Amino acid sequence: MNAKTGKLALVVGIAAFAILPLFLKGYGVYLCALFCVYLMATLGLNLTVGYAGQMSLGQAAFFGIGAYHAAILLKLGWPFFLVLPIAAVACFLVGLLLGFPALRVQHHYLAFATLGFNILVFLIMRNEATITGGPLGISGIPRPSLFGISLDADLRYFWFTLFFTVVLAAILWWLLRSPWGRAFAALRDNPIRAESLGINITAYTLFAFAIGAACAGVAGVFYASLLQFIEPSSFQFSYSLMMLLAVIVGGSGRFFGPVLGTVIIVLLPEWLRFMQNWYLAVFGFAIVALMIFLPGGLLSLPERLGWKGASK
Amino acid sequence: MVDLIQLIVSGTATGAIYALAALGFTLLWQASGTINFAQGEFVMLPAFTMLICTTRGVPLWLAFLVACVVSAILLGIGFKRIVVDPLIRHGVIPLVIATLGLSIGLKQLVKASYAAEAQPFPSVFPAGQFPLFGTHVSYSDVGTLLIAGLIVISLQLFLKRTVTGRAMQACAQNMDAAKVLGINVKTMVLYVFIINAVLAAVASLLISPTYLAKFDMGDSIGQKAFFAAIIGGFNQTSGALLGGVLIGVLENLIGFYVSPAYKEGVALVLFMVVILFRPEGLLGKAEERKV
Repeated sequence: MNAKTGKLALVVGIAAFAILPLFLKGYGVYLCALFCVYLMATLGLNLTVGYAGQMSLGQAAFFGIGAYHAAILLKLGWPFFLVLPIAAVACFLVGLLLGFPALRVQHHYLAFATLGFNILVFLIMRNEATITGGPLGISGIPRPSLFGISLDADLRYFWFTLFFTVVLAAILWWLLRSPWGRAFAALRDNPIRAESLGINITAYTLFAFAIGAACAGVAGVFYASLLQFIEPSSFQFSYSLMMLLAVIVGGSGRFFGPVLGTVIIVLLPEWLRFMQNWYLAVFGFAIVALMIFLPGGLLSLPERLGWKGASK
Repeated sequence: MVDLIQLIVSGTATGAIYALAALGFTLLWQASGTINFAQGEFVMLPAFTMLICTTRGVPLWLAFLVACVVSAILLGIGFKRIVVDPLIRHGVIPLVIATLGLSIGLKQLVKASYAAEAQPFPSVFPAGQFPLFGTHVSYSDVGTLLIAGLIVISLQLFLKRTVTGRAMQACAQNMDAAKVLGINVKTMVLYVFIINAVLAAVASLLISPTYLAKFDMGDSIGQKAFFAAIIGGFNQTSGALLGGVLIGVLENLIGFYVSPAYKEGVALVLFMVVILFRPEGLLGKAEERKV
């Protein structure tokens, strides 16, 4: 596939997805919007996992920080387009603070730091009831309006979310094609060689992680407005795990890996509903099997089968 | 003051159990570079093996032996052969993801096939307390401490004094050199996996009476084990013990004097402080990086 047909396919794909909810009922529209929201978070996570080669198990915590910022500030009547950058910057800064000590050392300490961080953030959301509403969460979060047009209708809010997902993806795409972004791939593939070429591994990895966190913050803002109600349990460690698995299952380090992975984690619970309690057990062992047989994720399948023209 | 002694004793006992799980975690890391995110489930599964046995009238000591054997085969040999061996050459991340998947799979398997609710678990120690320094300490705390301490010390002696133990340490330090010296590296690594599984089974026996046997009991234990291992020093066996006890005691003190709501966050904060000021862990030695 050359670059031109690739671009065309992408535009057609996005357009098709944009009109898809016209044929769906309320719950289907909600799932489409939810997919967009999670995609923003997993695209950011792919930066940390796929390009900077670090494990993060706390994406849901940043997602939650963004969502709580949105819930509290939007209810105070702050404009949506002010809340969005505030949440992004807040997550970026928290990401720097958390990543700095963890990334100075080897051994994938970031995985442990983010895991613990997620648990701590969950405890704060649940216990500091005066600010966060405690286990009951926050309800009645307003949806924004655009040029005087209310986005309260589900379909309109979906298009709004889709638009910003595409914008975010375009920014990340541009970032990864810039010289700054190319350094990511270099430090993932051979960190020591990258360092000897003058790339500051720690600084690059730290920024990749913080940008990934900021993406989750943005996703969180859209999530809060989508559901109009948030509670701590939506930001538990298990959601971080799902987001990480979305990136890995799709194919980490491939730009469209998270897209496929996010489709799977959003739709799989719906498809496998008939399995009831066994669904997650099957899912867990399927992940183990996938790693054993296809460690590069589902998008590496064409390469594994030796198809021509498949590229990253 | 009376409370303080009780809190420290019971914290040390809980910490010693964390240390058992952390010790296996450290050994696995040293011998094979495996970061096992299913370590908590390795503690959870034997609890249910024992429960299945005891509910059928098998005495606890025999149930424990059965659990040890089942764990050694499934979570020791099976885990190594099926999960670790094919994945180790792909680097750290696929293996970590596989252990995360394994963790979900084992948890949900137990939840779906056995029970979602917490199950009471028989204690090996008699109930009750005895006086100590003007306060009361429970038999189970002291017993836990004795057993865990005994295991850690004998493991330490095994690693330092016996030929097999020293060979295992040689493999952890330099696999190629160990091979050149005629050590059967594969067998040694397999021993480590078996030891890890058995240590987790012991931790399970000790912790289940207080934590209750539940499908997700491993979440908290596994987490404490990682943090204990790193706080003490990833490349030091004795570090796991120090890290575990430190977490256990501080959790108890902060849970009592500050806020029980944030007890679970203690390990993370301690971990962050340690890696900020002493990244190699309290007892660890700084490692040279391999190119």
